[in-house]
Order: sequence, then C-alpha cells, then structure tokens
Amino acid sequence: MLSEDIKEKYELVIGLEVHAQLLTVSKMYNADSTEYGNMPNTNVSVITLGHPGTLPKVNKMAVEYAIKMGIACNGEITRHNIFARKNYFYPDLPKGYQITQDKGPICVGGHVPIFINGEQKSIALTRIHMEEDAGKSMHLAGEVDTLVDFNRAGVPLIEIVSEPDLRSSEEAYAFLVEIKKLVRYLDICDGNMEEGSLRCDANISIRKKGDTELGKKVEVKNMNSFRNVVRAIEHEFERQVQMMEDGIEIDSETRNFDGPTGTTSSLRSKENLNDYRYFPEPDLSPVVVSEEWLQAVKSEMPALPRELFDKFVNQYGLPDYDAGVLTDSKEIALFFEELCTKTDNYKAASNWMMGPVKSYLNELTLHISDFPIKPEQVAELIALIDDGKVNFSVASQKIYPELLRDKHKRPYQIAQDLNLIQESDEGSIKPIIESVIAENAAKVEEYKSGKKGLLGMFMGQVMKKSQGKADPKVASKILTELLGD
Amino acid sequence: MKIDTNTLKKIAHLARLEFDEKGAEKMTADMSQILDWVEKLNEVDTEGVEPITTMSSEINVLREDKRGIHLPHEDALKNAPQKDSDYFRVPKVIE
Repeated sequence: MLSEDIKEKYELVIGLEVHAQLLTVSKMYNADSTEYGNMPNTNVSVITLGHPGTLPKVNKMAVEYAIKMGIACNGEITRHNIFARKNYFYPDLPKGYQITQDKGPICVGGHVPIFINGEQKSIALTRIHMEEDAGKSMHLAGEVDTLVDFNRAGVPLIEIVSEPDLRSSEEAYAFLVEIKKLVRYLDICDGNMEEGSLRCDANISIRKKGDTELGKKVEVKNMNSFRNVVRAIEHEFERQVQMMEDGIEIDSETRNFDGPTGTTSSLRSKENLNDYRYFPEPDLSPVVVSEEWLQAVKSEMPALPRELFDKFVNQYGLPDYDAGVLTDSKEIALFFEELCTKTDNYKAASNWMMGPVKSYLNELTLHISDFPIKPEQVAELIALIDDGKVNFSVASQKIYPELLRDKHKRPYQIAQDLNLIQESDEGSIKPIIESVIAENAAKVEEYKSGKKGLLGMFMGQVMKKSQGKADPKVASKILTELLGD
Repeated sequence: MKIDTNTLKKIAHLARLEFDEKGAEKMTADMSQILDWVEKLNEVDTEGVEPITTMSSEINVLREDKRGIHLPHEDALKNAPQKDSDYFRVPKVIE
C-alpha cells in the first residue's frame, strides 16, 4: 500500500471521451430502427451489413442533435462538415471502416462548467464529432465462437472529447454528471450509462506535482457506470504511482476495467497495432450548416440547466443549494418553473419541491411525470399556509397525503372537510387560553415566579384543546399577555 | 516510387492479406507502378485549389429521421459463412 505522503507527490491528469447515443428513431446513415432490445439482427439492412454497392445517407436529426450539444457546450459549430472513414478490421464493423469525423468535427472547442463543493471549474472540450456505433459482439463462456448482433451497428453517436483538464476522480464524476444533465435537458440522449447509451473512456496519466509536461497516458475502457469511472481512475492512480516509485516506465496502452475487482488489465489485441488511415468518406456529400439552419436549431433549444440555475438564484432569490437540487433533472426544474408562475413565495415552493414532493417520489421510486399533483395544487397549499389558514405541518402531514390519495381534490376543500382551518381570530382563541390558565392555577404560579420554560406546556394545552386549529402565532401572543408578561 | 518490403508488410497486415515470397515480389512491383502513375498528379499546379471529397458538387443530401424497411432476418444471415438462428458467428475475438 502506498502511503499518503507518497501519493501527495503526484498529480492525476484525466481527459474523458464520452460517447452519447442519440435519440433518433433511425440510424445515422440509413433508415434502420435504433430501437433497443429487439431480437438480434432484425434492425438491419444491406447498408448496416456493409453489402457491396450500398450507399449511406446522413440523418438530418442526428446532425441537429450534435449541433445542439455543441451550442450547449459553448463550442464553435463547424460550417462545412465532411465525414471520414476510420479503417480497422473487427467483426462488429461489417464495412471494415467506421464513418466518423476526423478533420473538422461538428463542434470545435467549448467548455463545460463543473461544480465541486460549490466551487466552479471550467473543463475545456477539444471537440464533439458525429459517428456511427458498432455492432455488439458477445464472447459467451463455453462458446467457441464470438456472436455478433448488428442491431446497434450504425446507431448515431456523438463523441465528446475533453481536454486533459480533470485532476481527480471527483472532477471526472462531476464532468459526467454535467454531460448527462445536458444531453437529458436537450433530449438528445437518455443518458443511461448502465444500458450503454452513455459510455465513457478515460485517458489517465500522472505526473509529479509542479511538472508541466504530461505523463504517458493510459486509456481505460469498459466502465459502465459513473461509480466505475471513479473506481477505475482511483485504481489507475495507485497503479501508476506504484510504477513510478518502482522506477518502471508506464506504457501508453489501452486497459480494460474489470468491475468485480475494480482493477484494470492490459488489452493487447491485434486491433491495437492498427493505424486507422483516416480519409474523407467519398460516399457522403458535405453537410453545410448555414446561418439560417444554425439559428433554427438554436431556437428549438430548451433552457439549459445553468440558465435555470442562474434564474432560480437571481430572479427567485433561492440559495445555490436549492437551485442545484431543483435543476438536477429537467422535469423537476420545469415543474418548479410552472409552480413559480402560480405562487410568489419561491422559497416555500422550493421547500415543497425538495421536501414533501421529492420524498414522495423517492419513497415510491417514481418519476416526476408520475406525480399525481399539479403545480397549481402545490401553489394552493402554499397559499393556505401564507394566508394563515393552516400551518406547514398540517399542510404537509394532513392535506398533502389526502391530495396524493385523490388528485382531483383541492387543498382548501380538504382543509375544510377535515376541519383543519386554523383559528387566527383572537375572539375564538382567547376563551380556550383562559380555560387552560384556569385549569392550571398551580403551574401559572410557578411560571410567574420565574419558570418561563412552562410556556411550551401551556401552548401544548392550547393546541390540544383547539384540536390543533389555533394559529400558534396568535395563541402565543394572547397567552403571554394573559400570563402577565 | 519504389515500395520497400517493410511498407508492403505493414500494408498487408492492415489489409489482413497474406502472400508468399513470389507474390510479395509481384505485389511490390504492382504497387510501385500504381504509385508512379498517381504521382503524375504532382505535375499539376494545385496552388489555391480547395480539396474536394466527393465527385459531385452536391451538399446537404440528408434523410429525415424516419424508419424504413428492414431486411428479413433470414436474408440478413443468409450469406454468412457461419451463423445460428440469431447471430453471425465469427472466430472468438477475445481469449
């Protein structure tokens, strides 16, 4: 085991390559379905299978999705796009080349802000390019052959390549969180890493702190969850530091992450000896993005998480923490946005979202789209409290559960039906307080001789006698008056 | 331009081609000849000419995102040297 002192001497340098499967219904270069989970080799055509004489044709929607991501990442959109052939032999690639972009990717540069413990850091992007996915090969135990399914071959992907700007596994995790949030807000990818619609390779190197030159990088593949990306990076850091300490030179190689052990192992195959011999794809004409087209795509873009965050903080006056939680998912943010058109009490609205609403969704593992209550009903709950008709605990523990049981009811109606409207009129609260004081003469004496802590006991009695309906603010005021304070 | 043996070996590996000594000799000669022929293009002055990537001057030949007709599953697998009822079968790729 390496001591913390030794590890302290080194710095991690990470760049990520994120592949996102685009949510189009048809493939990148032909009309085959992209649907997931169909019988093997059914979403295929002669183009997918790379038969001689077939020609690809670019999916317009996929280009627009890629442009959206480029704009969302603050990159420069390439106006004159060409495609390129990346040549290599592998059974999941029937043509013998992948149609991708090499020179002139759809988006050049850009940056993605990440947040670590409330601190913002900007991660620069190298590029975003469009390409097609490969088929799926299965190496089953006990099988002599590898089995290949081409349903996935040709599904549109964008590859988002970061600069080596990340310095820890936490930063890598935060970067992935932001990328996932962006693709989901844009509705261009479902962001599901476990199902492979978002995939990540990590280029990991180390160097002595203070060094400016980059160390030899190791590319790690096959991490199928955010958590595994973190584990792989931490493992690589330990492994590479150990090698440096032992004076062993680090190989620039591709390594495979093994989930069960959390370790990486060298992936030496003939494929690695390849040089891809990129050249322009002669079967596809250039895709030229005019100003008009770019503006049209831009105008279709929804508000981005960062924009909503700023709005929630600056316009609604919410703390950063609230704004962060509320913009975590697009659907929650939009629900909240609608709620804020029905109430002015934004902080109360935020508290309802982060408290009762989220805990209900978490408890039943529901999505906000399955939430039975409408924003206006939550706004009515807030209004009931603000008008002094009920307090928060009555609203959240009595009215809210009833609303969840019957989404057609209105909060005020429930409050009336259950006799929950609190008394805030002094005339009706005063007699209750007077009777409490009369029944507790001894305690009143103790209170007057200095035992001020008894006030809570009196309040409790008042609330009990009023069946919880006395407005605590009003009751407490009358009580202290009558006790002669 | 003369192709040397190492270049030939590298290209042969990338193309997954194998040939014997005699074949290699013939291949070296043929490839050198092809390169000589293509080198003629160097005689043309291309100063200031933008490279083209396709022979037509078309741009934005795009598809709407719509599904078409798939190949019947049996037809898709028909020409595979090795297959079962669901999959293409290939020699095991990973040890």
